[in-house]
Amino acid sequence: MPLDHSDVEKIAHLARMALDESQIDAYAEDLSNILGLVEQLEAADTTDIEPMSHPLHMAQRLRFDEVTEEVRREKNQAVAPSVENGLYLVPKVIE
Amino acid sequence: MQWETVIGLEIHTQLATKSKIFSGASTAYGAEPNTQACIVDLGFPGVLPVLNERAVDMALKFGVAVGAEIASRSVFARKNYFYPDLPKGYQISQFELPIVGRGSLAIDLEDGSRKVIGITRAHLEEDAGKSLHEDFHGMSGIDLNRTGTPLLEIVSEPDMRSIKEAVTYARKIHQLVVYLGICDGNMQEGSFRIDANLSIRPFGQEAFGTRTELKNINSFRFMERALNFERERQIDLIEGGGKVLQETRLYDADRDETRSMRSKEEADDYRYFPDPDLLPVEIADQRLQSVKLSMPELPDQKRRRFESAYSLSPADALMLTQSRQQADFFEKVVGNGVDAKMAASWVTVELAGALNKVGLELPQSPVTAERLGGLLRRIADNTISGKLAKQVFEAMWNGEGDADQVIEAKGLKQITDSAQIETIIDKIIADNPKQVEQFRAGKEKLLGFFVGQVMKQTQGKANPGRVNRILLGKLKG
Repeated sequence: MPLDHSDVEKIAHLARMALDESQIDAYAEDLSNILGLVEQLEAADTTDIEPMSHPLHMAQRLRFDEVTEEVRREKNQAVAPSVENGLYLVPKVIE
Repeated sequence: MQWETVIGLEIHTQLATKSKIFSGASTAYGAEPNTQACIVDLGFPGVLPVLNERAVDMALKFGVAVGAEIASRSVFARKNYFYPDLPKGYQISQFELPIVGRGSLAIDLEDGSRKVIGITRAHLEEDAGKSLHEDFHGMSGIDLNRTGTPLLEIVSEPDMRSIKEAVTYARKIHQLVVYLGICDGNMQEGSFRIDANLSIRPFGQEAFGTRTELKNINSFRFMERALNFERERQIDLIEGGGKVLQETRLYDADRDETRSMRSKEEADDYRYFPDPDLLPVEIADQRLQSVKLSMPELPDQKRRRFESAYSLSPADALMLTQSRQQADFFEKVVGNGVDAKMAASWVTVELAGALNKVGLELPQSPVTAERLGGLLRRIADNTISGKLAKQVFEAMWNGEGDADQVIEAKGLKQITDSAQIETIIDKIIADNPKQVEQFRAGKEKLLGFFVGQVMKQTQGKANPGRVNRILLGKLKG
């Protein structure tokens, strides 16, 4: 399933990646090759194989419902570019 | 053209756990911004989510209550999108294998019939944070306290055919999750949020029309208004030769309108895939069994029991079981050995009215169930008349003690002594010869006049049954 120029543009946009226009075709080719590998895998007969959602044959562990975290706002916000009144500030998001 | 409305709902209920779905941060509402967002919620590198047991049990409880298939194995998936209140860049949700599968819920329609609404699924997921759009020098403020709060998203089939049905179904889900104790149901605080999918089609047509999704509905009143607006908008659009676009629209309560939220080229593409940080959730039989054993009596069961055990009318039983609190309160009142019908009326009319007037909820009622029961006992044993009981109720409401104390202090005890009543009546008959004559001449309406006189002289304390009997005897005799 080869990807074309516009597919790559769309994927890049969804991932919020800025791609140089000149690189896009090269990406399209690389990604298409990867999908080609997946297609090879798909050729394998999996009739009697149960699909897995995780490579480990284990079930999710559960934890008790209790509050174990302390307030560490200052530490957590130390890496934020902009903070005010305890809020993270980001470029305006509403239209 | 006659248009039929088709509605399906997606309801997000915040589960009433103490801690987040995947972290040990608190879920308490109203904390200082970002004091309850830990590094797991914030998606710092290297953290791993661990699933909250109680969130799972609450989802199971809901599943059992709606008779749903419970998935012995369910899987968490990442729903990928970018928004500042979603720090990880994806929301952990369930996609292909939700924990609760197909179920149903019956709603009561106005004409007395019932309709079964299909529940497609209910899945566990984490809530996002909140964006505050007040002005921070042209920036938005982000509070991530809500991030990671457990949600159960309950998805219905497009089974509702009117706005009324949709509101009835939403109310019933609300009642159910509050009964089950899995959600506090507080809509102002966003604990119960409704997204509605609405489309229209000509009556008789089988194929669905193009639907729009309405978001941001946080009250039943707004829900009705938003759906009404959207239905009219779609009708106008189609009748004007236009086409409904499949899109997400936001309801603006201030302007009472819906408007488009996302433009077409940004069509949802969430690229779901199984979350590698979380293993499949397996529900052991034992866990499901213990959830089944912990199920409270559900609204419909309670209602049927109230009808049969207390011989209440369907309307009274329905009213009393609207909330678990009210039903419990009623049962406590009845526990005082008083008549159930009388108790039902006092709880749903007098008490509910008094609470409503001052905007209080049942748990804050100044008159407790025990005290209301005590008052009704005094009506039942003829200590006071039903009319004076309202006066006693008011005094109890104002903190003047229990019923017996108020009756004593105000001297409201009913006069049941026939001799005493006779003396009063004799005097009234003697004082009003003209009315007596008219009555005896056939003007029987005047009985009311005499009863009124007796009540006036006894400040309403005479037993009405006795007054009537004695009066008739004397006037006719």
